[in-house]
Amino acid sequence: MLDFQAMIAAVGPELLLALAGLVGVLLGAIFKDQFNSLSFKFAAASLIAAVLVVFLNWPGGEAFGGLVTTTPFVNFAKVVSYGAGAITLLMGENFLRRHETIRYEYALLIIFASLGMGVILSASNLMTLYMGIETLSLSSYVLASFHRDSMRSAEAGLKYFVLGALASGILLYGISLVYGFTGSTDYTAIAEAEGGIGLLFGMVLMISGMAFKVSAAPMHVWTPDVYEGAPSPVVAFFATAPKMASMVVFANLMFQAFPGVFEDWQMIIAIIATLSMIIGAFGALVQSNLKRLLGYSSIANMGYALIAVAAGAEYGAAALLVFMTSYVIASIGLFGGVLAMRREGGMVENIDELAGLVRRRTGMAIALTILVISVAGFPLAVGFLGKLVVFEAGWNAGLLPLLIVLVLSSVLAFGYYLRIILVMWVREPAERFQPVDRAVSIAIYGAAIACLLLFIFIGPFTDWATSATAGFYQ
Amino acid sequence: MGNFPILTAVTFLPLAGAVLIMLVRAMTGSQESDVASGNKALTAGLIFSVATFLASLVMLASFDIGAPGYQLVEEVSWFANVQYKLGVDGLSLLLILLTTLLTPLSLIASFGSVKERLTEYTIAFLVLETFMIGVFCALDMVLFYVFFEAGLIPMFIIIGVWGGADRIYASYKFFLYTLLGSLFMLAAVVFMYLQAGTSDIAQLETFAFAPEVQTWLWLAFFASFAVKLPMWPVHTWLPDAHVQAPTAGSVILAGILLKMGGYGFLRFSLPMFPDASELFQPFMFVLSVVAIVYASLVAFRQTDMKKLIAYSSVAHMGFVTLGIFSFTEVGVQGAIFQMISHGLISGALFLIVGVVYDRMHTREIAAYGGLVHRMPVYAAMFMLFSMANVGLPGTSGFVGEILTMTGAFQASTWAAAGAALGVIFSAVYMLTLYRRTVFGQITNPDLEGIKDVDLKEIITLAPLIIGTILLGIAPNIVFNITRESSLRALQMITGG
Repeated sequence: MLDFQAMIAAVGPELLLALAGLVGVLLGAIFKDQFNSLSFKFAAASLIAAVLVVFLNWPGGEAFGGLVTTTPFVNFAKVVSYGAGAITLLMGENFLRRHETIRYEYALLIIFASLGMGVILSASNLMTLYMGIETLSLSSYVLASFHRDSMRSAEAGLKYFVLGALASGILLYGISLVYGFTGSTDYTAIAEAEGGIGLLFGMVLMISGMAFKVSAAPMHVWTPDVYEGAPSPVVAFFATAPKMASMVVFANLMFQAFPGVFEDWQMIIAIIATLSMIIGAFGALVQSNLKRLLGYSSIANMGYALIAVAAGAEYGAAALLVFMTSYVIASIGLFGGVLAMRREGGMVENIDELAGLVRRRTGMAIALTILVISVAGFPLAVGFLGKLVVFEAGWNAGLLPLLIVLVLSSVLAFGYYLRIILVMWVREPAERFQPVDRAVSIAIYGAAIACLLLFIFIGPFTDWATSATAGFYQ
Repeated sequence: MGNFPILTAVTFLPLAGAVLIMLVRAMTGSQESDVASGNKALTAGLIFSVATFLASLVMLASFDIGAPGYQLVEEVSWFANVQYKLGVDGLSLLLILLTTLLTPLSLIASFGSVKERLTEYTIAFLVLETFMIGVFCALDMVLFYVFFEAGLIPMFIIIGVWGGADRIYASYKFFLYTLLGSLFMLAAVVFMYLQAGTSDIAQLETFAFAPEVQTWLWLAFFASFAVKLPMWPVHTWLPDAHVQAPTAGSVILAGILLKMGGYGFLRFSLPMFPDASELFQPFMFVLSVVAIVYASLVAFRQTDMKKLIAYSSVAHMGFVTLGIFSFTEVGVQGAIFQMISHGLISGALFLIVGVVYDRMHTREIAAYGGLVHRMPVYAAMFMLFSMANVGLPGTSGFVGEILTMTGAFQASTWAAAGAALGVIFSAVYMLTLYRRTVFGQITNPDLEGIKDVDLKEIITLAPLIIGTILLGIAPNIVFNITRESSLRALQMITGG
C-alpha cells in the first residue's frame, strides 16, 4: 500500500517541479510565443514554491521502497539550489530578451534541470542517482548551447555534451561494477556488503564521474570553456545551483554508500582536492576574461569544498553546507556583475572593462568588492568563515597537507582577486556601462548584503547547518 | 555610564560615518571629481573622527586606572565558541587614543593636499579607523584576526589609489607580505582554538600550551607580527609603502599600523607562549639590534625624505622589540612608551615632509636646503621633531629609548650596547637630514617663493608637539596607565 503522506514528505518538491514542467510545456504548446515572458515568472514561482514545500517537509522521509530518501542534509542543499535557480533565472530574463532568445524553453529547461538536482539529492539508490544526473545533464547541455546561432555557445554546448557523456559513461560503468560486486544498488545495502577490490574499482570510476559534475581536477577541463562560451545567465546558473547540488550529492553518496572504505576514498578525494586547488589558482592567475577567471576560481573553490568531503561525515558535513552556501551566494552576485557589464555594442567580458568602476557606479563597485572579498575568503564577508569551518573540519580529520595547500592556494588566489579590486578602484575609468537591469542589481546588492549579514550572524547559520546534519549521521 | 557599550560605539562610529557618507553620495548621485562634494565628505569624515576621539575620551574617563584585568568588557556570542568580545586594558587604551587622535589629524592634513576622489578617500580612512580600533580592543582571537586582516583592504586602496607613481607595486607588496604572515597566524589561531576550546584571549593567557607546541605557535605569530612591525629582514615592504602612500596614509601606517606588531607580541606571544618567548629571546635580541644598526645606516644613505623616515621607523621599532623581550618591567614599560611616542613623532615627521611636498612636489633631499630663510616656523617644528626622533631629553623619544635600553641592559649587555650605537646613528642621519634641508643657502630657485606653514598645518602639528613634550616631561601619565598591563604580560615569564 502506498503511503501517500510519506511519499509527499519525500518527493513533494520534485513532484511539484515535474508537474510545473509539464504544465509549462502544455502552456507553451498552447500560447506559443506569448508564453515566453510569462514563463520566467512561472518557473521562478514554481522553484520558490518548491523551496516552501521543502521547508514544510523538513525532516524528510522515504519513498518508493527506498529508492528515494530525503534528510535535512539534502533538504538544506535543495533550498539553496532551488533558490539559486530562481534568482539566476530572473537575472537572465532581460539578457535573453536583448539577444532575442527569450523563449519559454529556457525557463522550462531550468525547471527540468532543477528537477534533476532534486532527484539526485533525494537519491538513496544508484539508479535514482543516475536518472537524476541525466535529467540535469541533458537540460544543461541544451542550456549551454542556447544561443544556437553563436559559434561560441554552440561550441560550449558541444564540448560540454561530449565530455559530459563520457563522464556519464564512466559513472555508469562504476555503478555497474559496484552493483556487480555488492549485489545491490541501494546505498545502505552497498554500505553493508563486502565488495572487495571490485567495489573499489567501481567506486573510483564513480568518483571520477562525480568529479566531472562538480568540475574538480583532473575532470575540470570543460569548465573554463563552457563558462566562457555559454550565455552568461546560463553560466550564472551552472556556477551556483548544480554546483551546490552535485557537491552535496557527492558527499551524500560517499558518506552513505561507502562508509566502510572511508580511508580509500578519503585519499582519492584528498588528491582530487589538492589538484583542484592548485590548478584552479594557477589557471585563474593568467586569465583576462572574467567568466573564464570565475571558471578557474570555481575549480579552486570546489577543491576547498572537497576538503570538507574528505574530512568525512562527522566533521565535514556541516562545514560543506556552510562553505557551499557562502560560495553560491557570492557567485550569484559576481555573475550579476558579469551580466551588468554591457556597453553600447553588447556584452563585454574582459576584466579591464571594469576599470574605474568605482567612479562610474560607486555602489556597484563596493558591492562587487565585498563579493570578491567573500569569494577570496578574506575577513569581513562570509567566505572567510566558510573557509574557516572547512579548515577546522580538515584539521579535525587530520588532513594537514591539504590545509597547507589550502592556505598557499588562497594566497595565490589573492593575486587575481586583488587584481579585480585594483582594476575597479585604481584604474582610469572606462566608458560607462549601459543601465543595469533591476533584477541584476537586486542580485548584486542582495548578495553583497547577504555576505555581510551572514558574516555577522554566522552563529545561527552554522547552528542550522549543524542541526541539519546532526540527526542524520550518528 | 551604566551598561552603555562604549567600546562598540568607539569602534563602529567611524564605520557609521563611512556608511552615511556613502548613502548621501548614492542619493545625491554627485558627479565624479566634484571638488565641492568631496570637501563636504571630508568635512563630514572629520566630524565623525573627531566625535570618535571625543567618545574615546569618554572611554578614558570610565576606565579605572588601578584596576587589574580587562575593563569595559562587552560580550556577545558569535558562532560556536567564538565570541564578539571587546575590552581594554592600559595598553590597548593608549593605542586606541593614539588611533583616534591621529585619524582626524591626518584627515585635516588631507584638505587641499588630496585633490582627487575625496569622497572615497574619506570613506577609506573611516573604515580603516574602525578596523584599527577593533584590533586594539578585540578580546577574541578570531575577532582580532578579522580586524587585523580587514584593515589591509582600505590601506591597500589608499596606497593604490592616492599613492605616488609606483603605487601599484607598493600596494601589492604591502598586501601580500602582510597577508602571507597573517595566514600563519590564522593557522595558529585555529589550532589554539581547537586545542583550548575557546578563542577568548583572557582565558588563553592562562592556558598552558605544551612547550614544544608553544615553539610552533610562537613562530606562527612571529611571522605575522614581524612583518607588521616590521622587523629586519622582512621590513622591505615598508619603505616602498611609505614612499608611495599619500601623506595621511604614511601617518597612519607609521603611527598605528606598525604598532599592531608590538601590540601582538605583548598581547599574545609573551603571556600565551612564555616558554617559547624565553627560548627565542636571544634570537629577538639579534634581530632587534641588527634592525636598529642596519636600518640606521641605511637611513643615512637615503636621498628621499620619506624613505629616510621609513628606515628610521624600522630602527625605532627595533627598540620596541628589544624592550619587550628584555622581560623586565622597565623594558616592557619602555617599549609601550616607545610605541606611543613613535606614533606621535613619526606621524609628525611624515606630516612635516608632507608640508614641503605639497609645495614642491618632490621628496628629494637634494632639492631643498635653506628652508629656514623662508619658513622659520616650519624649521622650528622640524627641529623639535628631529630632536625627538633622535631622543633628546625632554621629548618623549628620550624616555622610550632610555627605558628599553635599561631593560635590555639587564638582560644582555651586548644587546644594549648595540642599541646604543643605534642612538648615535639616529643622531647622524636625522641631523644630516635637517642640515641639508633646512640650513644652508637656498640653491634651488623654486624655493625662493615658498610659504611658511599655514593655519591648517599648525592645527595638525600642534597636538603632536604638545603630546611629544608633555610625555617627555611627565612620562608617568603613560606609565600609570600601562603598569598593570605590562606586569600582566610578564607574569607568566617572571612570576610564573
